[in-house]
Amino acid sequence: MLDEIGVTMETSPFAPDILFHFGPVPISRPVVTTWTIMAILTAMSWLGLRRVNVNAGSLQTVLEIVVETLAKQINAIIRRDPWPYLPLLGTLFIFLVFANLSVIVPGVKPPTGHIETPAALGVIVFLSVHYFGIRSRGLVEYARRYTKPNLLLLPLNVLSEITRTFSLMVRLFGNIMSHEFMIAIVVFLAGLFLPIPFMLLGILIGIIQAYIFTVLAAVFIGAAVGSADAG
Amino acid sequence: MELNLQMLSIIGAVIAVSFGAIAPAFSEGRAIAAAMEAIARQPESAGALSRTLFVGLAMIETMAIYCLVIALLLLYANPFVG
Repeated sequence: MLDEIGVTMETSPFAPDILFHFGPVPISRPVVTTWTIMAILTAMSWLGLRRVNVNAGSLQTVLEIVVETLAKQINAIIRRDPWPYLPLLGTLFIFLVFANLSVIVPGVKPPTGHIETPAALGVIVFLSVHYFGIRSRGLVEYARRYTKPNLLLLPLNVLSEITRTFSLMVRLFGNIMSHEFMIAIVVFLAGLFLPIPFMLLGILIGIIQAYIFTVLAAVFIGAAVGSADAG
Repeated sequence: MELNLQMLSIIGAVIAVSFGAIAPAFSEGRAIAAAMEAIARQPESAGALSRTLFVGLAMIETMAIYCLVIALLLLYANPFVG
């Protein structure tokens, strides 16, 4: 146990955590965790929707409630039909909840606590914002958004596009990784039972960060398609 | 004990985290207090308010997290320490 804490404290959180090599390609721990979560989610959806029925079974009902709630929340933020945006945003939220909460399974490190996963998600959000914006408004009209309110502000608008994606990434990474650090320090200082309230706090932080990431992505998309204020 | 570059980086990291947390803490407190007042006045708008509050808190928190990133860079990925 103490060794593990020492490793957590001494290795850089930016360093890749290589588990094994798949041919010439190194496979890191976040990749393995991510693929496991993806497999679990896919299996769950497949089980729930194997025999779709009007008189839904329990798992199908749960999935329907989750999807309906997500659609309602997205509709409240974007203020238009949520179904084109639901596949992206809903997947983001459900994946992030599972990824952030994977910390409560012993021996599993959350993939979002390494910089690669949040960075990849940030890039996905960045690209899809432009995709949805151009699809709903047309290229010229969408590009004109950057020259408002004044052409002088063009560099600042472009800069804010980049920094808000960067802060989206760093927020998720910083929260999850710093919580991992905090747990390691508390375990190091005081043994067995003191870390438990901090771990409970970790569950809260994980769900809130997943929520914030998804809401901010929805706000960005809402601003791009021109129905909500820019975040 | 002489001050070398490594020790200075550690001190810099400590200063970045501790002072960088003060302003966001105050401003998050103000934001939450304002949201509480608004919810107390208009309980029916609690949903929209809390969603905006969460987004705003995330924005404020970003400042503290930037400081954390600077501290981590100083500690683990310092370009000036070999």
